[in-house]
Amino acid sequence: MAYVLIGNSAAAIGAIEGVRSVDLDGEIILFSDEPYHTYSRPLISYYLDGKVQEEKMYYRPADFYKRNRVEAHLGSRVAALAPEKKTITLADGQTVPYDKLLLATGGKPIVPPLPGRELDGVFTFLKWDDVKALEQTLAPGMRTVVIGAGLIGLKATEALVKRGVAVTVVELANRVLSAILDEAAARLVQESMLEHGVKFYLENTVAEVLGRDGKVAGVRLRDGAEIPCERLVIAIGVFPNTDLAQGTAIKVNRGIVVDERMATTVPDIFAAGDVTEGFDTIYQQQRVLPILPNAYKQGFTAGINMAGEVRAYKGGFAMNSIGFFDLPLITAGIVRPEGEGYLSLTQADPGARKYKKVVLKDNKVVGFIALNQIDRAGILTGLMEQEVDASPFLEHLLREDFGYAYLPAAYRQEQMLKGVSGGVRA
Amino acid sequence: MPISLSTPNFLIDRNRERCINCQVCVRQCAFEAHSWDAEDERVVTDDLKCVACHRCVTFCPTHALSIRRFPLEFRENANWTANAIKAIYKQAETGGILLTGMGNDQPYPIYWDHLLLNASQVTNPSIDPLREPMELKTFLGRKPDTLRFRGGKLAEKLPPQLELEVPVMFSAMSFGSISLNAIKSLARAAADMGTFYNTGEGGLHRELYQYGEHTIVQVASGRFGVHPEYLAQGAAIEIKIGQGAKPGIGGHLPGEKVGAEVSRTRMIPEGTDAISPAPHHDIYSIEDLRQLIYSLKEATRYEKPVSVKIAAVHNVAAIASGIARAGADIIAIDGFRGGTGAAPLRTRDNVGIPIELALAAVDSRLREEGIRSQVSLVIGGSIRNSADVVKAIALGADAVYIGTAALISLGCHLCQKCNTGKCNWGIATQDPNLVKRLNPDIGAERAANLLRAWEHEIKELLGGMGINALESLRGNRLMLRGVGLSDRDLNILGVKAAGE
Amino acid sequence: MKRVYAREEVCAGCKLCEVHCAVAHSAYPQDIVKAFLRQKVKPIARVLVEENRPISFALQCRHCDEAPCTKACITGAMQKDPLTGVVTNEETRCVGCWTCILSCPFGAIKRDETGRKVAAKCDLCSSAGTLPVCVQHCPNDALVFAEEPGWRR
Repeated sequence: MAYVLIGNSAAAIGAIEGVRSVDLDGEIILFSDEPYHTYSRPLISYYLDGKVQEEKMYYRPADFYKRNRVEAHLGSRVAALAPEKKTITLADGQTVPYDKLLLATGGKPIVPPLPGRELDGVFTFLKWDDVKALEQTLAPGMRTVVIGAGLIGLKATEALVKRGVAVTVVELANRVLSAILDEAAARLVQESMLEHGVKFYLENTVAEVLGRDGKVAGVRLRDGAEIPCERLVIAIGVFPNTDLAQGTAIKVNRGIVVDERMATTVPDIFAAGDVTEGFDTIYQQQRVLPILPNAYKQGFTAGINMAGEVRAYKGGFAMNSIGFFDLPLITAGIVRPEGEGYLSLTQADPGARKYKKVVLKDNKVVGFIALNQIDRAGILTGLMEQEVDASPFLEHLLREDFGYAYLPAAYRQEQMLKGVSGGVRA
Repeated sequence: MPISLSTPNFLIDRNRERCINCQVCVRQCAFEAHSWDAEDERVVTDDLKCVACHRCVTFCPTHALSIRRFPLEFRENANWTANAIKAIYKQAETGGILLTGMGNDQPYPIYWDHLLLNASQVTNPSIDPLREPMELKTFLGRKPDTLRFRGGKLAEKLPPQLELEVPVMFSAMSFGSISLNAIKSLARAAADMGTFYNTGEGGLHRELYQYGEHTIVQVASGRFGVHPEYLAQGAAIEIKIGQGAKPGIGGHLPGEKVGAEVSRTRMIPEGTDAISPAPHHDIYSIEDLRQLIYSLKEATRYEKPVSVKIAAVHNVAAIASGIARAGADIIAIDGFRGGTGAAPLRTRDNVGIPIELALAAVDSRLREEGIRSQVSLVIGGSIRNSADVVKAIALGADAVYIGTAALISLGCHLCQKCNTGKCNWGIATQDPNLVKRLNPDIGAERAANLLRAWEHEIKELLGGMGINALESLRGNRLMLRGVGLSDRDLNILGVKAAGE
Repeated sequence: MKRVYAREEVCAGCKLCEVHCAVAHSAYPQDIVKAFLRQKVKPIARVLVEENRPISFALQCRHCDEAPCTKACITGAMQKDPLTGVVTNEETRCVGCWTCILSCPFGAIKRDETGRKVAAKCDLCSSAGTLPVCVQHCPNDALVFAEEPGWRR
């Protein structure tokens, strides 16, 4: 049995561990267009600001491929798929046959067609190489504009500020972290960043990149304002890297569509991670969920199913743990409900920059924001995952000491006695 | 508000070099003697609230705490002791009865400590209990005056008996005065050790029905929890006429301690005070008592022994004689040092007589009247150790009841604050936060261990006397000698002076 | 595998388990006084006593069979030992991103910000090689170290 994996990040690693949990003999062959031992993408901003050195960038120990008997071809890009022949074709023309194939190609940075984007000094912020390149060109006092105040944009901003760079952030929405925060929480995060010297232009966007001598000299915003800068980081977001699926029978919406076994519409081809459109249990629909825990769980599930055991992953939902200048933030699910039927419970202490919000629908927790008071936030995640009826303890959800002591005794005892985390399976 | 004249009784001594401010003491003191000072970030104490229950001392992980007598000196006065003075301050403030818990703590003579046991020397050699069988088994109940046989077998059935593997039982402590966990501990220990515990006047909780064979169910003046199934569950029924700690008065369980479970078990409304009147209002003569005894026997088909419990008071011998003739199978006598969950201080400390004298008087009288075998005698009222047990049997008891000793085995520190319901050891409380502190698994083990240890010690003492069966010791006053007692005392006890 | 189970019906809410856990994971595991008084910052307990009177019980990492923290960890520091089943955090690789805190449905992971920011949680005292100290020191036998569900009476 030959398992061929395209990709080398959380999803692919999950698949390796999934396959090996069932099949210790089959061949696993992995192709990655990056030359690195599997590394953790989220760590690139830690690398940039110096918190993590090169040795600590890796997602698994140095002997991981060896121990799991994986033939890893690093720096080897796959150019095309031939599902009818069950082979893949590498960039150098070689064909490799497979019995089971996994597409874990992740995402590509969204780069809008800005005039001037080819100038020297424009960067994206997704791969380790992006950050290595950016790092080499930085100098204290340099000015950088970051397009996008989402997770990537703000993490890049934080790292740059710690390197002594003056940062201006331009964001289309009316608030930072618009995908995961409401206005009130976003304001508190932004305040913290303002205190560290970051400038913001909200409800605005870059219309053109201005240059001099082939290098970035500034940007012009949609409203005409001009901001001088030496570097530009485009951090608007990512979209699924579905290139390899184009022209095949693999169904692709925004991402590669997968069922609960991570199978695509083509037999023996599976997909996992940022490239997929899996089931979102909160929105109750197929959605792209580009977060690491989801990628790993999908990969693990794909691996198990590729190895012949049937295992379903009912789906995930958006969840993030992130921190900016020592202000920790954890969010999940729906945080800014639109439409009917939602109940939002909120508690704020703006002076201490604390904010807690729990969103419910039909008496079940469907989302939350925990800013600064993040301890034990996972209990809320668990309630979302288990779809627990929260009506017996609605009034306690926002307590600082909310925990199992406030849950119904039968549920509590069942969870604590099981020895496993209730129902959270890959 | 005028100032209170109350001063602390105890001083909490905290060694700051060892205190780690973990706040375990704060969490464990139901009297709130310890509290957390958030500003200074350390634990501070209010000595006035300390009752010397030692919960904090025991739990402190660094042994940083000690309890001392509060160093408040009055001018020396042999008559007006500090306690006497402070009692008046309290009554001047409250205008109320002084209440207390547990047994008489005043320095009346302890006759057990003036009685000494014999040991074999040359003749009638000692017996080693580790090598030879020794019988501590006791049967409590009416014994027939004569036995008739037919065909090598007894012609008539014997009256019902309680069979004890060890002559020690757990005395009456009601559910309400003590927690369900405490009772469960005693019930399980009694079952494990082949003896009995007593429900007191609190009724029998459903969860204890499984120990029915080891339960003595009490019918007290309030008749709490008395219904047909209750009587059917028990191995014996005890009519409570009086209690050593508070002879002549009834019982009072404050409404705060009557929660859902107590209410259901006692068959009274939640939150109401449970008041037991002093007399049974249907017993005003010995004939009335006889009527109740036989009603209970009828109701249980003469299958269970009926016991009558009285406090040791002045005419206890005559009263006991009457009770024996009224048809009781067992007479339980509770001496003035018996414990209680709540009693007026003056009653507890001034009413009743020592059990040692009562026992000797009753045993002698019943023998003189030729009716000793018609009843078994069980006595209680501060049996503190196995030597007290042996002396009691030698004075004429068939078995003993232990109350205070049993609670001490569960963790009681005799702080005498049972009436507040804040027992930090989970014993004399109904507060669920406190009750759970008494783990019945641990409690049952401790109480059983106590009986196990005493059983062994009793055997050693018996063996030393050259006796291998408890029967040979019962009423055997020749095995006792008195020391430091007056002639009168020796006479009443029926015991010779040491040296004679 | 054996885990620590709490018997809430006999938990006295004293938090001695927290005290001893903190000491066992401090610089002075054999000396309670030094562990608390000598270390500049109070050592962290990995067990938490939850209280909603009269209910109280100790709660720590369940060492789940399918531990969500290990799947969420962005550096691979959080791993379940395939032999012992114990889930541990390799602190040298942990960057304190708190994604594990987001994922743990028991809220059993704490932020240790006494030095480098790392995630701290129960390790069943596997590093000390002893019976878990919380179980050893519970004064009321409210914690049991047993195979599930064998301990239930």
